[in-house]
Amino acid sequence: MTSRIDLCFINGYAPSWAGRVAEESARVLGRPVVSVDLEMDLPRYYSADRGQYNATLILAGLLRFRSDPHSKIVGITRVDLFIPVLTFVFGQAQLDGPGSLVSTHRLRNEYYGLPKDHERLVDRTIKEVVHEVGHSFGLVHCQDYNCVMHAATYVEDVDLKSASFCPSCESLLQENGMRPRATA
Amino acid sequence: MKNGKKILIVDDELSVRNSLREWFLEDGFAVETAEDGNAALQRMHSGPYDIVIIDLKMPGMDGITLERRIREIDKDAAIIILTAFASVETAVEALKLGAFDYITKPVDPDELSNTVRNALKQRHLEAENLRLKAKVSELTLASPIIGDSSRMRRVLDLISTVAGTDANVVIRGESGTGKELVARAIHSQSERRFFPIVAVNCGSIPETLLESELFGHEKGSFTGAQYRRKGKIELAHGGTLFLDEIGDIPTKMQVDLLRVLETRRFHRLGGNQEITSDFRLVCATNRDLEALIEDGGFREDLYYRINVFVIDLPPLRDRPEDIPALTGHFIEKYARAMGKPVKDVSPAAEGLLASYAWPGNVRELENAVERAMVIGREASVEPDDLPLPLARTGTEPEGSSLAALERRHIERVLREEKGNITRAAAALGIDRGTLYNKLRRYGIERL
Repeated sequence: MTSRIDLCFINGYAPSWAGRVAEESARVLGRPVVSVDLEMDLPRYYSADRGQYNATLILAGLLRFRSDPHSKIVGITRVDLFIPVLTFVFGQAQLDGPGSLVSTHRLRNEYYGLPKDHERLVDRTIKEVVHEVGHSFGLVHCQDYNCVMHAATYVEDVDLKSASFCPSCESLLQENGMRPRATA
Repeated sequence: MKNGKKILIVDDELSVRNSLREWFLEDGFAVETAEDGNAALQRMHSGPYDIVIIDLKMPGMDGITLERRIREIDKDAAIIILTAFASVETAVEALKLGAFDYITKPVDPDELSNTVRNALKQRHLEAENLRLKAKVSELTLASPIIGDSSRMRRVLDLISTVAGTDANVVIRGESGTGKELVARAIHSQSERRFFPIVAVNCGSIPETLLESELFGHEKGSFTGAQYRRKGKIELAHGGTLFLDEIGDIPTKMQVDLLRVLETRRFHRLGGNQEITSDFRLVCATNRDLEALIEDGGFREDLYYRINVFVIDLPPLRDRPEDIPALTGHFIEKYARAMGKPVKDVSPAAEGLLASYAWPGNVRELENAVERAMVIGREASVEPDDLPLPLARTGTEPEGSSLAALERRHIERVLREEKGNITRAAAALGIDRGTLYNKLRRYGIERL
């Protein structure tokens, strides 16, 4: 069973709300979530053509920083992420694997020309962290629009869903060993 | 939760294949990838995909050529063309070949999700449309079983009893007694009625084609197999498979059929993929299967597998009291089809109909009534409107055995038709396979 989840804020990205994200994610995920600072050579993952950072390569680099073989690692960065075939991604995860990555770049209101909204950014980040960790526990996208595993391709989709798992995803998490089985 | 859909990604760039693979895995798809056209075609042979995403520009076989080749194997897969070099010409060409849509990379995540969702929706609607069309035509063609004789009431009781179960049924009866009608009645009263009933006449299909008809084939599995084709067993999934003239299935194929009945699993000809089909089996025969077993023409183990519940259909000569009701039913049917008024039957014609032996059973009666409705000019059906062999045979001396009567009748019709099997079978109201069987049985030589 997974011992803990390391929430790694990359390259000096240490927002004041880092503790809240760790705390709230731990509550939803039911696992210890530890917030840590991480230094990575991000420029090597930069694509000048795209003006963005390659999420797949960053994720591969991130795995080297796992604290132990049973832990999961989630990177949080403020740079804009892409995967080769898509214009952007909010995050990426290894399905049923140890690593995942979240970018806050497009979770910020300012990106869309709107006034800064601190609470909204924290809320969106928590949802994206829980969503990507859900993937790393083997969950796929859920049809329930209220479930945190519902696919989000717009930031509005992130706002619409909750930060929790629906009963169906909860039971899958139990099957996948992330939740203790209910006893009679 | 996994969505049960399969997707194939064809792109020469590893990073594109991997990122699309990850993306669709997170969406719950089963994902496979291929690095070029040849690898993609190999994959297509090993299993159907719901969606195929093809990069337009690839070394070797380009996306348009690959799309054309895939269409030869699988007409149903939704194809989405992906390219970094969008141009109207190639887009139009791809769409003309039947691609669902055309997207340029890098693609917006929302656009990709929507395109795939819409492709699946269209595929689902097309499949549902085909199923509903088949159902409508089946309901339109369904005919009621006419007959109030005690023997037919017994048959109707048996149909009601067995319909609700999933038991295999064998319907026995002479040619033209309505075995397929009974099979359809069983299906329409069963839980499987919203799925298809798929009928195969094992006696009328050449042995070389029957195997492919039943099991389907992959493209190139034999000369002339230009497309992948699903067999009747696969098409009957969820519904009923009706095997008419089961006694005519070649012995070698009986082994294959027995295996399918035991496991409900099989392979298409030339295919590696195991197919599962959940169907209920109804068989019909006009042959004596027990005698065939003794002669080595039918496997005993297959017989016991299919022979769970038996319905014997009486020949029309054993239920003459049903002839007036059947005649009235067919008169109404053809009056409606031909836009003519409904006719009575004159007492003389009625007597002729009642005294005739009807070797071709209900089918022969229906043909006789149809002919009378076509040529009759009177307000009622008269003896002259009835087919000549019928009028003559109606005066056959009593005391002749039924078999002798049938033999003489067949010989006479063959002579009248100058040995033409197709026309003789039509005049007798039986199919060519049945006529051949009877010729063999009576040792009649063709003219």
